[in-house]
Amino acid sequence: MSEFRTLIVDDSSVMRKIVERTLRQAGLSLTAVYEAGSGSEGLDVLKAKQVDLILSDINMPSMDGLEFLRQIRAQNLAPGVPVVMITTESSEEHVKQAILAGAQGYIRKPFTAEQVKERVLPLVHAT
Amino acid sequence: MAVSLRESVQLVSDPRNLDASVEEVFQTMLGVSCRRDPGPAVMEPESVTAVVGFGGLLSGACVFKSGSAAAMMIAAHMTGMEFHEVDDTVKDGIGEICNMLAGAWKGKVPALAANCGLSVPAVITGRDYNLRVQAPEFRLNHTYRFEGESFEVTIVCDGIQ
Repeated sequence: MSEFRTLIVDDSSVMRKIVERTLRQAGLSLTAVYEAGSGSEGLDVLKAKQVDLILSDINMPSMDGLEFLRQIRAQNLAPGVPVVMITTESSEEHVKQAILAGAQGYIRKPFTAEQVKERVLPLVHAT
Repeated sequence: MAVSLRESVQLVSDPRNLDASVEEVFQTMLGVSCRRDPGPAVMEPESVTAVVGFGGLLSGACVFKSGSAAAMMIAAHMTGMEFHEVDDTVKDGIGEICNMLAGAWKGKVPALAANCGLSVPAVITGRDYNLRVQAPEFRLNHTYRFEGESFEVTIVCDGIQ
């Protein structure tokens, strides 16, 4: 697969744009980019749209990224679609929680295009 | 065994951690070099302040404060857009910068990274206001300069366990 549909979940609209720009800089060809400002909005998108990659913040009002992940799995939304957490939280405990909740990747803010490339490309090329 | 930061207060309050965090965030997310300035920040009457709270073993806040021009320049670097006023996108960008600064700063001390949570950012705009915290455990207040603009970052700790 060389073209991707992506869902970016972050309560900051600026950060959603930065993530999109960084994905493009990392070499991903994005045919559709869906945005959500919280986990609950992200679930609504997944009920209506098909995506190939999900990137989500953790610290968000309304529904945080970890609960969003748990709900994706519990509701069997986007089966097999890789989820990468992009967050300021960087401790091993946070990474462990994200992996346990079903994340395949973890990127700490601030991030470079190179880091995104390293962590995201192997996941999308594996699907 | 219960984790305590009380014995690590010197490490937690090391001013070099804040400088390294600011430089890292600005270089990585904005692509600009940013250095600590020994002088006070040049503030316009109209300023933008973002606050991210700490909770857990350490309670307090990370506070970013700049004039409107610096805030718009930061948002421009983040988004590639041009700004003529401090609109919602500028406020959103400054909130996110503060969030990343808080995360990068606490990430410098592993025990802090694992046992201290962050609030979502709050952004305040206006003129002639001050931040006051009663009897903080410690307070770091540094001025930084980039591309002719300056801003302040303050870490206030009002409780440590």
